[in-house]
Amino acid sequence: MKRRTFLGGTIAVTTLGLASRVDAQQPPIKIGMSMPQTGGLAGGGKASLLGIEIWRDDVNAKGGLLGRKVELVVYDDKSSASETPAIYSKLLDVDKVDLLFAPYATVPTAPIMPLVKQRGLLLMGNFSFQVNSKVQHDMWFNNAPWGPPDSWPDSFLEIAQKAGAKSVAFLSADQEFAQNLVVIAREVAKKRNMPVVFDQAYPPSTVEFSSIVRALKAAKPDVVYVSSYPPDSAGILRAVNEIGIGDNVKVFGGGMVGLQFGAVMENMGSLLNGVVNYNSWLPEPKMYYEGTKEFFDKYTKRAVEAKVDPLGYYLAPFGYASGQLVEAAVKAVGSFDQKAIAKYLHEHEMQTIVGPMSFGPDGERKENAVLQAQFRGIVDKNIEQFRSPGKQVILFPEKLKSGDLITPFEAARK
Amino acid sequence: MNRNGILFWIGATLFLAAALLMTQVIGNQYPFFAGYVILQFVVLAVAWSILGGYAGYVNFGTSAFFGVGVYTAVFLAKAFGAPLAVQIATAAAIGALMGFVLGLLTLRMQGIFFSIATIAATIVIETTVTNWRYVGGAAGIQLQRPMVTAPFDNYVQMLFFVQALLVVLAVAISRYIQNSWIGHGLKALRDDELAAECTGVPTLRLKLVACVISGALMCAAGAPAAMYLQYADPSSAFNLNYSVSVLAMSLIGGTAHWAGPIIGAILLGATQQLLTVTISSEVNVLVLGVMLVLFVVAAPQGIIGLIRKVRRHRSEGEA
Amino acid sequence: MFSFDLLLDAVAIGVLLGCFYAAVSLGLSLSFGLLDVPHVAHPAFLVMASYGVYFLNENYGIDPLLAGLLITPLLFVFGLVAYRIYYETFEKRGSDAGVRGIAFFFGVAFIIEVLLILQFGVDQRSVTASYIGKAWRIGDMRIPFRLLVAFAVAAALTILLTLYLSRTFMGRAIRAVAQDQEALRLMGANPIRIKQWAFGIATAVLGIAGALLIIVAPVEPTLDRSYIGRTFCVVVMAGLGSMAGTLVAAIILGVAETIVLTLFGASWAPAVSFGMLLAVLAVRPQGLFGRRS
Repeated sequence: MKRRTFLGGTIAVTTLGLASRVDAQQPPIKIGMSMPQTGGLAGGGKASLLGIEIWRDDVNAKGGLLGRKVELVVYDDKSSASETPAIYSKLLDVDKVDLLFAPYATVPTAPIMPLVKQRGLLLMGNFSFQVNSKVQHDMWFNNAPWGPPDSWPDSFLEIAQKAGAKSVAFLSADQEFAQNLVVIAREVAKKRNMPVVFDQAYPPSTVEFSSIVRALKAAKPDVVYVSSYPPDSAGILRAVNEIGIGDNVKVFGGGMVGLQFGAVMENMGSLLNGVVNYNSWLPEPKMYYEGTKEFFDKYTKRAVEAKVDPLGYYLAPFGYASGQLVEAAVKAVGSFDQKAIAKYLHEHEMQTIVGPMSFGPDGERKENAVLQAQFRGIVDKNIEQFRSPGKQVILFPEKLKSGDLITPFEAARK
Repeated sequence: MNRNGILFWIGATLFLAAALLMTQVIGNQYPFFAGYVILQFVVLAVAWSILGGYAGYVNFGTSAFFGVGVYTAVFLAKAFGAPLAVQIATAAAIGALMGFVLGLLTLRMQGIFFSIATIAATIVIETTVTNWRYVGGAAGIQLQRPMVTAPFDNYVQMLFFVQALLVVLAVAISRYIQNSWIGHGLKALRDDELAAECTGVPTLRLKLVACVISGALMCAAGAPAAMYLQYADPSSAFNLNYSVSVLAMSLIGGTAHWAGPIIGAILLGATQQLLTVTISSEVNVLVLGVMLVLFVVAAPQGIIGLIRKVRRHRSEGEA
Repeated sequence: MFSFDLLLDAVAIGVLLGCFYAAVSLGLSLSFGLLDVPHVAHPAFLVMASYGVYFLNENYGIDPLLAGLLITPLLFVFGLVAYRIYYETFEKRGSDAGVRGIAFFFGVAFIIEVLLILQFGVDQRSVTASYIGKAWRIGDMRIPFRLLVAFAVAAALTILLTLYLSRTFMGRAIRAVAQDQEALRLMGANPIRIKQWAFGIATAVLGIAGALLIIVAPVEPTLDRSYIGRTFCVVVMAGLGSMAGTLVAAIILGVAETIVLTLFGASWAPAVSFGMLLAVLAVRPQGLFGRRS
């Protein structure tokens, strides 16, 4: 009850404040979120947060939202699901934030979905996967490029099939995201009539992948779909490099998390060559939209002192884009009414620094915008090389394509 | 019933009445979210101390019991749509069974070997749940809360009160054990198991009782967490943090008295909740580490030990 | 899926992986196995050593194994100090150090984790060396050089430590102190000094073990948590304090893990290794090669 009057008050005040400069008389607009800053997701969480902070500074420099300064309220959720319910309750009931952003990734987001649905609140999602499929909240908007869930593995297997691949092998981490992904990939393989010759889920604590890669090689698949986490991605690629994967493998990769993070890419260097993997943003010529370049100029400077991913391609621009979505919708509806903002986001295509975004009824992106790109000509221990185009050649989607697939995998590695 | 007993039950009744009153009066949700977590740790710490404090068997498998409690609730909710009370009762029964098996382990191992066995058992159980597709497996599972029943108008408030009930139950049991022959027997076997055995203390029976009660309470404390989070995944439910935090809470509070783990759990639990929404960074983990080291070094008997020391000083001063 | 080739491969890799497990557990076999120190922070020390190696490799291009040797004296001193603190706060005050000792080391492990995060950030780190990323071919089989390095180092460490404990005066004193402190005191030796020395060695060994850790796979600051179970598993399965036993137990563990990973459901691997530990503890609590009856 109290909250509603509070919101009502906010609307009344903001409709008056149409001036574009920050009005000192008005309280700031508070955007609340938790973000993994310790634990397994911390690397991504910190980069994502920096992206959002850059948006905050940009929007405040332009005079804020409807004349009110934007303020972020951020707490660390330790990458765990058990922390977020209390944090979001604090944000809503004590800090009285005006808008909510979701934490990076699925696990910390999952417990707050029912909460926001019950209270009828807008939630801007941050790279979680299929977290709304059961809850069906109609005020949820995920900034991730996934699109319909099956389209992502589908684009990878399509590339492989075009290259003449028939049989498929699945290697996945026995963890939340990787498993959700591989379940869908199996269905896609079935639909495409690709026989599965190998399908293993390895435990997250696995140290050495030589033996499992050896077993994979023995199954002689045409395409290997890997869904893995950062530490394992490195281990798997090392083992593949040492043991070999066989000449019949045409395409290797797909859903390897970690190959998007600067430090991991720098560490792996030439091991990356030939891998076809998903991505969200890459420095290829067609990926630049209005403000993209300026954003990365700022990010590159600030990443050093913040000790986060020096490249920040994967998450940071999407954090910024989340802010842009809210900014555009608030300006269009002229208030902070969450229902109106949600309605606007559902009905309009929005322009962001990572390209146009439009949302389906489930709050996921209407179109699959996941890139599939192949690593080319990477050398060891050099992070700067990834800033130039041509190092990760985009194979999908068609309209962003910047090169053709090199196959088989063994040939592409050279 | 002696005077202390009457005082205790008056206190417990007041506590429950206050908890119930809170759910009716306070509209702000945050105290219930944060309070639930703290109460959950109180139950875990008190339950842990029955075995770890009185008997001196250090159980590192708190997260195993907690996680099994969570997944019992998940299974029952998914398969039968069972109500919360059934979830908790079943979790307690399964926890008792697990405790019994754990008690049998004490036949063969003591000291650090027992602790290591509990770590190993935790990993085996976690792996089994990870491979159990019906409850979501590694991918995790989202749950729907049923409608809340009167007099509560919010599910979290109800969970808060349920956890408060569990606290009273756990503390009452722990207090009873401390003052009864079970407690004295456990203390004897903690000091010297062989000597206790020789003087006719039924050590195995005592250890089994302690394990069963401790296990049942820990599983019961875990069961409502499924509906609190409305989500479960093995790596969160079986998180090593539960084991370490509960150990830390019991030690910081002091295990010599039933009130020790309560003090420790409230102090550390509240500190962690507070840090999460204030400093909120790696420093959070640092505080846990520093607190642990400081307390075990400077106050080996925990806060209870400090209080006793102060009291002794005072009585000596008066004399 | 079953094939003899794969089994042979799995066993070969498993043996090498086991050697790696042995190398990271040998220090614990000394500190926990012989000295009864509940050293839960052992893996945290190990990860810290890995970061030391990373620092030298990254900034000065020093070979990781050499870097591991270079930081060994530092670690030795660190170990001496750590034991002194532990002794003053626990052993000196009397028995019942068990639970509090564990809690103490957990606290130390957390502090190390946070310091590493503050210094190096949360990203995973790895080293470069000529032998990383190459493999040795035998027929159809290919063995990564990384694992061969682990094998050689583990074998050398085991032999050195075994010789040290059986042939040198100090080594024998360490073993004596594990068995009967009083007798040693009566002989005029200071058991505390000896234990401190032994703990120093147990920590010093981590220099080279930390180098192996980061050679075999990348490290990140909280990696120690997944090694607590594994290292204690190896040491307890071996039976406390036996160096050769540690090697054998680690190899058994490595082979079992690899076979499950390759030939059966990979996701069951942790249950198998820790199930084995449970079985060993239940049937033979003193471990496979235990010093106590």
